[in-house]
Amino acid sequence: MASGDGLGALVGRGDGHDGTARSPAGLTLVGALVAAAVLFPATWLVLRVVGIPLDRTIDLLTSPTMAEVLANSVALVAVVTLASALVGVPLAFLTARTDLPGRRVVTVLVALPLVVPSYIGAFAFVSAFGPRGEFADALAPLGVESIPSIYGLLGTALVLTLFTYPYVFLTTRAALLGFDARLVEAARTLNHSRWGAFRRVTLPQIAPGIAAGSLLVALYTLSDFGTPAIMGLDVFTRVIYVEYNAFGRDFAALLSLQLLAVTAVILAIESRLSRDASAYGGSGRRSGSRMRLGAWTFPALAYVCVIALLGLVLPIGILLVWLQRGSPAFAGGGFEFSWVVGWHSVYVSVLAAGVATLGAVPVAYLAARYRSTLTTLIDRATYVGFAFPGVVLGLALVYFGSAYAPALYQTIPLLVFAYVVRFLPQSVGSIRSSVLQVDPKLSEAARTLGRTPTEAFRSVTLPLIAPGVIAGAALVFLTTMKELPATLLLRPTGFDTLVTYIWRVQDAGYYGQAAVPALALVAISGLSMLVIVGREPNDVE
Amino acid sequence: MSNELPIDLPTGREELAERETVLELDGVSKRYGDLPAVDDLSLSVRRGEFFTLLGPSGCGKTTTLRLLAGLDRPDDGVVRIGGETVAGEGSFRDPEERDVGLVFQDFALFPHLSVAENIAFGLQDLQAEERAERVEDMLTLTGLQGYGDRGVDGLSGGERQRVALARSLAPRPAVVLLDEPFSNLDVRLRVEMREEVRRILRVLRVTVVSVTHDQEEALSMSDRVGIMHDGRLEQVGPPEEVFESPDTRFVASFLGQASFVPGRIEGDGVDTPLGRLATDDLIDPPEAGTRLSILARPDDLAVRVADIPETNGQVTGRQYTGPIFIYEVELDDGTVVGCQHNHVAEYEVGERVRVDIDARHPLAWYPE
Repeated sequence: MASGDGLGALVGRGDGHDGTARSPAGLTLVGALVAAAVLFPATWLVLRVVGIPLDRTIDLLTSPTMAEVLANSVALVAVVTLASALVGVPLAFLTARTDLPGRRVVTVLVALPLVVPSYIGAFAFVSAFGPRGEFADALAPLGVESIPSIYGLLGTALVLTLFTYPYVFLTTRAALLGFDARLVEAARTLNHSRWGAFRRVTLPQIAPGIAAGSLLVALYTLSDFGTPAIMGLDVFTRVIYVEYNAFGRDFAALLSLQLLAVTAVILAIESRLSRDASAYGGSGRRSGSRMRLGAWTFPALAYVCVIALLGLVLPIGILLVWLQRGSPAFAGGGFEFSWVVGWHSVYVSVLAAGVATLGAVPVAYLAARYRSTLTTLIDRATYVGFAFPGVVLGLALVYFGSAYAPALYQTIPLLVFAYVVRFLPQSVGSIRSSVLQVDPKLSEAARTLGRTPTEAFRSVTLPLIAPGVIAGAALVFLTTMKELPATLLLRPTGFDTLVTYIWRVQDAGYYGQAAVPALALVAISGLSMLVIVGREPNDVE
Repeated sequence: MSNELPIDLPTGREELAERETVLELDGVSKRYGDLPAVDDLSLSVRRGEFFTLLGPSGCGKTTTLRLLAGLDRPDDGVVRIGGETVAGEGSFRDPEERDVGLVFQDFALFPHLSVAENIAFGLQDLQAEERAERVEDMLTLTGLQGYGDRGVDGLSGGERQRVALARSLAPRPAVVLLDEPFSNLDVRLRVEMREEVRRILRVLRVTVVSVTHDQEEALSMSDRVGIMHDGRLEQVGPPEEVFESPDTRFVASFLGQASFVPGRIEGDGVDTPLGRLATDDLIDPPEAGTRLSILARPDDLAVRVADIPETNGQVTGRQYTGPIFIYEVELDDGTVVGCQHNHVAEYEVGERVRVDIDARHPLAWYPE
C-alpha cells in the first residue's frame, strides 16, 4: 500500500522470497487491535492479582486448599489425558488402518460423543449411577445394595474421558490418514514385523497427531467447569466459582492466575513435543493395504460397542427417559421451560459469530499472506482463547466490569466479548487455512487486470475463502451455544440461555425440565460436528 | 568412490542361463474386485540377473512387484524365492520373512530418521558395531560419505534415490525390487543415476527385478526384459531380441515407433503398398495367400523424391527430434508410416514422395 510508510516500516519485511510481502499498514493495525483486545482480560487478571497485598498472597498460596486444588487438577488432567489416548488411539487405528467391518459407521459413531456437552454427560451419569439413580433403582431388586460412587475423581475422569477422547481419536485418525502407508510397507520389506513397523515407523510419525489431540483433551479437562462442579471434585474451575460466589475474590483471582499458569505449562510441553515433528506432511497418496483383523474382528467390534454405549447411548437414553417422565414429579418448581430461552442462546451466539468473524478475517489474512514476526505475534495472540478457561475469563471480565465499567457489567456486549475472546481461534484457524489454499497469484492476476488490493480481495480472495469464513462462523456459533461458565458469570440478570437454564434446573434437582433443552443442545452440537467433518478433506477411504 | 570394492564385469548371457533360479512366479493371478491385475503370470529370474518388467501404466507390473515383496497376496499360483515357496500352495510369508528388498517409486524414506538410521533400519539383527560398519559400507558404495547424520528432508532427488537403494541393499537381500526407480528424477539425472545404480548393483552381484514404463531404461539396463500387457507377459527375452523381433503387435508398437504395412504372400514374393518384397525378407515366411502386417520401424523405411507415377504416398507431417527427422507419410492405400531421415529437411508437408523398404535384416510380421 502506498500510504502509511511509517507503520509499514514498523511492520517489517515479508518472508524474503517475494519482495511484495510487506503487510499493509491499515490491515496490520486492525489485526493488532484485535490481538490487544483479546489479550486484555489476561492482563487485567494479572493487574488484579498484583493488587492483592503480598502477605495475603503468600497466605493464600500456601493454604492447604490451594495445594489440594492443584493436586486434584493435575491428577484429573493426567488421568483423563492418558485414558483418552488409550481409548482414542486404538479406535483411530481400527477405523483408519484395518479392515474392520462398517468402519465408516464406526468412525461417525465413536466421534459422536463429542456432541454431548460434558456437563450434560455428567448429569446423565449422576442420574444413572448416582445414589437412587436409574441403575441403582434397577439393580436394587436384584440384591445389589450399592454401586461404586460416581462422584469424585474417578467419576469425573470417566465422564470427561468418554466425552473428550474423540479429540484424540480425530487427530490421530487424521495423522494416520495423512501418513504414507508405504513407509510401513518399506519397513516390512526391511525385516520388521507388523508390531515392529508400527512401533518404529507409524508411532513416531503419528505422535504429533496424538499429542495434538491429547493437548485438546488436557486443555478441555483443565478448563471444564460443569463436570467437576456436578460431580463434586475440587479442581480449579469449581473452587474458583465457589470462592467467587462466597466473595473470596482475592482467592478466586489467584486461583485463576494459577490455572492460567498450569495451562501455559501444558502448552509449553506440547510445543516442545511437537517442535521437531511439525514437518512430516506425508503425501498420503496411496493408502497401501489395510491390516486384516481376522479373529480379532469380533473383539474389536465389541470394544467399539462398549465405547458407543457409554458415550452415546447412555446419556441420550437418560435424556429420553427424562423427557418421557416429564410428569409432575419431575416438572415444576417455577422452572417452566420456554423457547424464549432458546432464542436468547441463538441471539448471543449469532452476535458472537459475527463479531468473531469480523475480527478473525484481518488476523487470518495477515498471518497467511504476510508472514513476519509481527503478524505471527498477532496470530498467536488470538489463540489465547484456547488457553483461557471460561470461568477465568468470566471472572476477569466481572472484575473489570464491576470495578471500572459498571455500564458494561452484566450486559450483552461484555458477554459477547467474552465469547469472542474464547472462540476467536476457531474462526481464525478456519479462515487462515482457507486463505492458504488460495493461490496468491490469483490476486496478483486481479491486480494486473487493474484492481486495487481491496478490490482484488473483495472480488477474488473473499469469494474463494467464503466457505472457510462461514465454517469458522458456524463453529463459533455452535460452541457459543454450549458455553457454560462465562455465560453464568456474565449474563444480564434474568437473561437465561439454554445452558444457564439447564444449569439452574439441574442444580435444583428438576432433571425432567432439562431434557428438552439438553436434547436441543446435543442436536446443535451434532451440527457443529457436521461442520468439522465437512471441512475435513474427503479422505474417509 | 568405490574403487576399493570389487567390480564385477558384465555377465555373459550363456553363463547367466546356467545359473540357478532365484525367483519364480508360477501361474500367478491377482484380481482387485473383478478386475484382473495379474493374469496367470509365469516367470523365472536367475541369480545375478537384472530383469525388467516393462509395460504401460496399469499393465500389472507394480502389482507383480508387490506380490513378490509380499505386500499383496496372490489369488492363484505360486511364488518361490530361493527355491522356497513364499506364497501359494496354502502358505504365505510376510514381507519381513522374505529375503527381498524393495526400492519404492518415491523412495518412502522415513522422514523422522537420519540417512544413517534409514539405512540401518533393516539391520536390527546385527550387533551395533557390525551395523555401523555396514551402514558405512553402504554410504561409501552409494557415494554418500558424510551424509549419515543428515535428515532426509533436505536431500536432492538423486541423493534420496541413493539412500533408498542403500537402505534396501543393506540387509543383503537375495533379490532387490525396483519400482519405477527413476521416474521421480529429472531427465538428465535419470541417465546419470541409471549408470550409477547399475554399477552399485553389479558390485553387490544382486538379483534385480525392476519395473518401469520407460523403454529406454529397460532396454539399456536389463539382461532380460518382459513386456507386460493387461496383466500378462507378452514376451520375455534379451532387449535386442525383444526389440528386433517382437512376438506380438502390442510389443512391436510399444517398443519404439512402429508402422505396420499390410501385405499378402503371392508366390515367392509379398505384395505391399510399397511394392513387392521377397518372402525371404521376412522372418519365418508363411505360406502363399496369407494376409499379414509387416513391422516397419522408421529406420527400415526410406523416403525419396520420384517422378509422379513412381510415387506411392504423400508427406503428412514431420517431427524434428534433433539429430533426425521422422516423416509421416500417408501411403496411397491409406496406411500411415513413419520414416526416418537424418538430413536437413528435404520434403515439405503435402509433397508426393516414394517410400521404400530399406531394411538390412529380416522383417517381423503378424497375421492380419
